[in-house]
Amino acid sequence: MLFFILKRIAGMIPAMLAISVLAFVVIQLPPGDYVSTYAAQIAQSGERVDSAVLESLRQRYGLGENVVVQYFKWIGGIARGDFGDSFEWRQPVTELIWGRMGMTALISLCTLVLMWAFSLPIGIYSAARQYSVTDYLSTAFAFLAMATPNFLLAIVLLYITTMWFGVSVGGLFSPAFENAPWSLAKLWDFITHAWVPIFVLGTAGTASLIRIMRANLLDELHKPYVEAGRAKGLPEARLILTYPTRVALNPFISTVGWVLPALISGELIVSTVLNLPTAGPLLLQALKSQDMYLAGAFILLSGGLVLIGTLVSDILLAISDPRIRLS
Amino acid sequence: MTLEKPFNEDDLLDQQINAGQLQAAGQWAMVWNKFRKHRLAVVALFVVGFIYFVALFAEFLAPYDPGKFDPRYTFAPPQGIGLFVDDGAGGSHFQPHVTGFDIVLNPTSFRREFTPDPSQVIPIGFFVAGQTYKMWGLFETNLHFIGPLDPSQPMFLVGADRLGRDLLSRTIHGTRISMSIGLVGVGLSLLIGMILGGISGYRGGMIDRVIQRVIEFIRSVPTIPLWLGLAAAMPKDWPPLQVYFSILVILSLIGWTEIARVVRGRFLSLRTDDFVIAARLDGVSEFRLIMRHMMPSLYSHIIAAITLAIPNMILAETSLSFLGLGLQPPIVSWGVLLQDTQNLRAITQAPWLFVPGICVVVAVLSLNFLGDGVRDAADPYAK
Repeated sequence: MLFFILKRIAGMIPAMLAISVLAFVVIQLPPGDYVSTYAAQIAQSGERVDSAVLESLRQRYGLGENVVVQYFKWIGGIARGDFGDSFEWRQPVTELIWGRMGMTALISLCTLVLMWAFSLPIGIYSAARQYSVTDYLSTAFAFLAMATPNFLLAIVLLYITTMWFGVSVGGLFSPAFENAPWSLAKLWDFITHAWVPIFVLGTAGTASLIRIMRANLLDELHKPYVEAGRAKGLPEARLILTYPTRVALNPFISTVGWVLPALISGELIVSTVLNLPTAGPLLLQALKSQDMYLAGAFILLSGGLVLIGTLVSDILLAISDPRIRLS
Repeated sequence: MTLEKPFNEDDLLDQQINAGQLQAAGQWAMVWNKFRKHRLAVVALFVVGFIYFVALFAEFLAPYDPGKFDPRYTFAPPQGIGLFVDDGAGGSHFQPHVTGFDIVLNPTSFRREFTPDPSQVIPIGFFVAGQTYKMWGLFETNLHFIGPLDPSQPMFLVGADRLGRDLLSRTIHGTRISMSIGLVGVGLSLLIGMILGGISGYRGGMIDRVIQRVIEFIRSVPTIPLWLGLAAAMPKDWPPLQVYFSILVILSLIGWTEIARVVRGRFLSLRTDDFVIAARLDGVSEFRLIMRHMMPSLYSHIIAAITLAIPNMILAETSLSFLGLGLQPPIVSWGVLLQDTQNLRAITQAPWLFVPGICVVVAVLSLNFLGDGVRDAADPYAK
């Protein structure tokens, strides 16, 4: 098992490198480089541009040297925990990013867990009672949820709560708790706020997971071993849960690989609409003002988050299926 | 004495077909037969057909130019269509019309308050003369499918936006951009996906492994941040058409993987099919083998993959434009129109701003159903 995990981690290295190259390409794309943009901005605000500062910045990012050198300077800085500076905020990117990235990870994780908690039983029930009213209802829900853009759902929810209940559901904390340290009261406050983004984010994913679970289980239900179990007089519920469900679970677990990127993508939009203190709005702002070191760090970190998620799903898969562990 | 031919069922079938006693269904006829059984997909086909019809004839179907604004009608609510007009003498005659507004500026909220004023009858009709436009950029005309008989009168069938522009006209014009982004973007993805997926499945080996890794990698990157990153790198002073095509390229650079996966899978399974091996042993050239023998059994699968990829493109474009990093005004797409809904005050005052969102949901839903139906019908020989 340990060998398997190590092998997986080793397999992540090329992917991580590829993501870092991608993030670097995005950083490099806008015309002009960091220092000239920075200088132009300072000049615009009427301050004096200190050429020594500019020179040291050029030195730090290796500007003017070739792209490969710049890349290694950038990635070398990251290895030491230095993601560069955000010129819009005049702060190191690290100071801006970790808290918000943590919130993004927290929301994504909660959503993932709840998505599984809902889609698994509904998917199983839907397959076991194929063509029942519940099956049709869940199928209709699934198609509708997959067709609704996340942000639209968020806005409709905002609209409904504002119009009909007179409360606004934006944000993650009440103003009183915004800067307070974590406590039980703050946790409760978080829960009363976080259900909105979690609900919005989870709907589409839950829908597709229900479809996947249903299809997987339907493939298994008509196999002879199920028939054999039934003939031997196993109670139906126990029969389905013990045998075919476990087989059908494998493709389900491996969906983390694409559910997680979709979640992080969706989180970005939803948090912008709902104005959450997560990575999304900051990234969007960074991109709009072409604050590229900040944007690059986000792309890198969200890619890293996905890789970690995939690793966890691989490990879970290996635990549930010895064929994968031993091959 | 004639030597009797041994009985052969195929010969008999051939004879019957030639004699017109039996009909042989070609592959496409079989696909169609199977598709028809999927009721929802058939309905979806009509809906999708209708949406593309609207996209094609946007200028003609829209009552107004999408840019025509009138500040007097800021957030004017939708007007219902009435069919009969009182002629004052107790009788009434048939005259389709909308009712004009009594506009009062609320002195505290500074909002315009609209109350329908039944005395202002604005007759409307089909095939009326309105603003002139150039149909498909080819010829000038002023014929509109529906509109007020007097073009200077207001007609807002689904309401107006914050600049007093007709939301119906804008949504119809947005249909063209949003639906064409889906179609053209998928066309581009198809090109990349077919070539790379084909090579991957046909060649196998090292090339296959490399392409598969690339696909896996692209699928593991969260798409929105990446799209945003690429879109943000576009210079802000580019003309709208250039932005449109850049967005297309950005969307398809990531969207080709699903099509490549389908094509590869089919190529892999076809490669060892008897008829392909037979053709190869017969000395058919590789190009002819792929184009003449393998491709025909791929078409229906590719159509299914395309139909399922279009809604993703539409959703992606809508999200990008909604965030302000996709298409920019004056281009009108559903995503651009939905930007207005970001303002909570605006939507509480004018909930009809959600109409383009409903269009997105309907379009995506019906394309998904259509794609499902096509995918099930794609292999008519399976049970």
